[in-house]
Amino acid sequence: MTARTVLQQADIARALTRIAHEILESNRGSDDLVILGIPTRGVTLARRLGATIARIEDGEAPPVGALDVTMYRDDLAKHPTRTPSPTSVPVSIDGATVVLVDDVLFSGRTIRAALDALSDLGRPKAVRLAVLVDRGHREFPIRADFVGKNLPSSARERINVRLAEVDGDDAVTIDGGEPEHGERDEHEGEKH
Amino acid sequence: MSRERFFIEGATLVDGSSADILISDGTLTVGADAKTGSQDATSIDASGLIALPGLVDLHTHLREPGYEQSETVLSGTRAAAAGGYTTVFAMANTSPVADTAGVVEQELSLGLAAGYATVQPIGAVTMGLAGERLAELGAMAASRARVRVFSDDGMCVFDPLLMRRALEYVKAFDGVIAQHAQEPRLTAGAQMNEGALSGTLGLAGWPAVAEESIIARDVLLAEHVGSRLHVCHVSTAGSVDIIRWAKARGIDVTAEVTPHHLLLTEELVAGYDARFKVNPPLRREEDVQALRSALADGTIDIVATDHAPHPIEAKDCEWDAAANGMVGLESALSVVHKAVVETGLLGWSDVARVMAQAPARIGRVERGRPVASGFRADVVLYDPNKTDVFDVDRLAGKGVNSPYLGRELPGRVLWTFHGGTATVRDGNPIAKDEAASLAKESEQHG
Amino acid sequence: MRHLLSTRDLDRDAAIGILDVAEDMADVATREVKKLPTLRGKTVVNLFFEDSTRTRISFEAAAKRLSADVITFSAKGSSVSKGESLKDTAQTLAAMGADAVVIRHSASGAPHTLASSGWIDAGILNAGDGTHEHPTQALLDAFTMRKRLHGTASRGKDLDGLRVTIVGDILHSRVARSNVWLLDTLGAEVTLVAPPTLLPVDTNQWPAGIGYDLDTAIADDPDVIMMLRIQAERMNAAFFPNAREYSRTWGLDAERLVRLRPDTMVMHPGPMIRGLEISAAAADSPRSLVRDQVASGVSVRMAALYLLLSGDREVN
Repeated sequence: MTARTVLQQADIARALTRIAHEILESNRGSDDLVILGIPTRGVTLARRLGATIARIEDGEAPPVGALDVTMYRDDLAKHPTRTPSPTSVPVSIDGATVVLVDDVLFSGRTIRAALDALSDLGRPKAVRLAVLVDRGHREFPIRADFVGKNLPSSARERINVRLAEVDGDDAVTIDGGEPEHGERDEHEGEKH
Repeated sequence: MSRERFFIEGATLVDGSSADILISDGTLTVGADAKTGSQDATSIDASGLIALPGLVDLHTHLREPGYEQSETVLSGTRAAAAGGYTTVFAMANTSPVADTAGVVEQELSLGLAAGYATVQPIGAVTMGLAGERLAELGAMAASRARVRVFSDDGMCVFDPLLMRRALEYVKAFDGVIAQHAQEPRLTAGAQMNEGALSGTLGLAGWPAVAEESIIARDVLLAEHVGSRLHVCHVSTAGSVDIIRWAKARGIDVTAEVTPHHLLLTEELVAGYDARFKVNPPLRREEDVQALRSALADGTIDIVATDHAPHPIEAKDCEWDAAANGMVGLESALSVVHKAVVETGLLGWSDVARVMAQAPARIGRVERGRPVASGFRADVVLYDPNKTDVFDVDRLAGKGVNSPYLGRELPGRVLWTFHGGTATVRDGNPIAKDEAASLAKESEQHG
Repeated sequence: MRHLLSTRDLDRDAAIGILDVAEDMADVATREVKKLPTLRGKTVVNLFFEDSTRTRISFEAAAKRLSADVITFSAKGSSVSKGESLKDTAQTLAAMGADAVVIRHSASGAPHTLASSGWIDAGILNAGDGTHEHPTQALLDAFTMRKRLHGTASRGKDLDGLRVTIVGDILHSRVARSNVWLLDTLGAEVTLVAPPTLLPVDTNQWPAGIGYDLDTAIADDPDVIMMLRIQAERMNAAFFPNAREYSRTWGLDAERLVRLRPDTMVMHPGPMIRGLEISAAAADSPRSLVRDQVASGVSVRMAALYLLLSGDREVN
């Protein structure tokens, strides 16, 4: 079975740059901005966004952290045991604008868990969501504020996000529709 | 109505020869003459089957009176028959304890009434097994039960003076003291063999020295007073050495080993499955090997089952709270087959010696005689050729606490004849009513 | 993880996995909201056949921080006979829908029996059985050592080369056993120091050195010295002559304390008997990690409960 590449390295870089601009525009600058990635690849993307924002603003990068949602999931017994990743939130999020970053937005369950996790950490002024890929099939009333690319896909297809820091290179690919692949993936457990 | 007669065709005798056997009026005819009287006899094709003397167990717990939820004389002797036994020595740790003539005579009568096997009672050494005063040894010896074996089994006769007196006293009627060799202080709270594994499992250890020190003391006492000593359930290589030394010195000591100590090792305890909890405990592989060799070279005289039935709840619990003991009558011959026959240490004539002739001699009963013309018809027909998973259907007593359930064991008892009565037919013990009525009948026939 | 019965069953990856999850749990303890919703709707039963307030409240705190419902069942002193009560109690708990049972029992192997009996389908967590094992105690000890060594960079690390000396009643100590197996698995070198009467009769197969002399052990400059509690009833059973002699020979007193390196970790599973196996000076010195051990306990037990109750449950 072959995987079809839908985003290449340059596409990903362009998408992140655009999202960085959109974040700055909607926040009117980088003040009180906290960027939190959802492990694993969301954290990588969050770091890239932070760096990009610093470059655009020609100054300090906004605080970037990791928000692990494993312990907030509602499907503990339906998957093999997940090992949680560290949560690290470098500053207080009280009154801040938090941008959650994930690689793929699918059912919305991860983001639901992330909102719960966030509320245990503090009370942000606003929470935004940035994703590299939105593939549809939402099961919750959740939408992304910043989207790298909309990729309408069959629920059976599997979307792979590869990032150089984790996987060695940058690419987004689609594997076609074999059910045994569609059900589960090696990411953070959400169907991508 | 005349008693059923049996014509057994082509059985293999323990010397390897093949012969026909006629069982008539409780007596054996073996060889060419068997065919002559075989008209109207039930015919049994015994090709491939070994004819052994009816087995004699010097160490059985029948639990009655007092612990009928575990076993009764009836259920225990049915288990005996299923295992090829025709005589069992019933241990004294009943309730009340068999420490008076009355209790041992009751035991004898129960055995006669049940009809599956001869029950020969063992008397307690001390009153109530308390280890303080001698029981009525003479009265039990003179009773209808003709007790010759005395044992506090379950408890060690620990007081050396009391042990000396008991050894001396039973000389008057050719009795023997069967000692449960266990130093009580060294084994307080003991749960399993003491060694590397007990340390790892966190179970209190039962050190080999607790057995060996008592055996050493007792053989020296027996030598000093010139008495007969029997050592129950020898379980360690060190005990074997001491007994070998004592025999070489001319001390009148005999010893038994259980089937489970010939086959199983302490590693089985690692799963905390209480079926493997027994006293003395399962030991190391070295001990098992030493016990097998000792049985082969005659240092250990006999195999005795220490058949110890318990109700399910006594084993279905945490290790510490579980009772000691295993049922063994039904599986003994197969286990001996596996442990010492298949390994080439013993032949079938040796099996007849250690499981029938020698135990009868030690216990001073006229049983365990060879399968030969003119002798009482206590015979077992054993099929050595099939190997099966030993399952609960093979158990014929009340207890299901067998360590062999789910294990492959060779051989199967197909027929047991007790004084000419078939107590096991084609692998199945006869019904209890039939056993009782046949017993009554054979009594009338004399 | 179906059950947690013993540290002997844990391989290196599984052990480090538990410790790493415990790191995340420890992070939660530093937040203002210390509770996680993870085990909402799960029922954890603390089944204590033996008194141990410290262990019980540690498990209780762990389960509650994960939002599980906690039922505490103190069977000690109940009128039911020993053997019956374990089976009957297990079946009662099964009928109540317990998802995990944390069991403390005076009989070695009781958790094992519970896990293999078929009486109950719940995950079984051994909270100390007789003189056998106390796996979460060893895990929290290892967690505490690793944290002291590697701080926030602890995740993924083992205890390679760490030299740990355990002193006291090894024979009766489930803590010592669990520590010996786990520390060995994690690459530490373990030395056991005790009066010969308080060592198992045969430790040949134990991955640990054996010594009888505490001063020699201290001169060998261990990285960790773990003192075990000495129970008064051992004296009556003639394991040693009296408390004074024990304390003088095998106690960590102030004089021995100063011979330790300033960064030697002093540990004790508690409850301590100050003045017997450990002096007040040692217990309260900066080297002492006793309070860290208690804090680690909750994190490690949260991790164990999480791993026990998440994932596909194997069907027996």
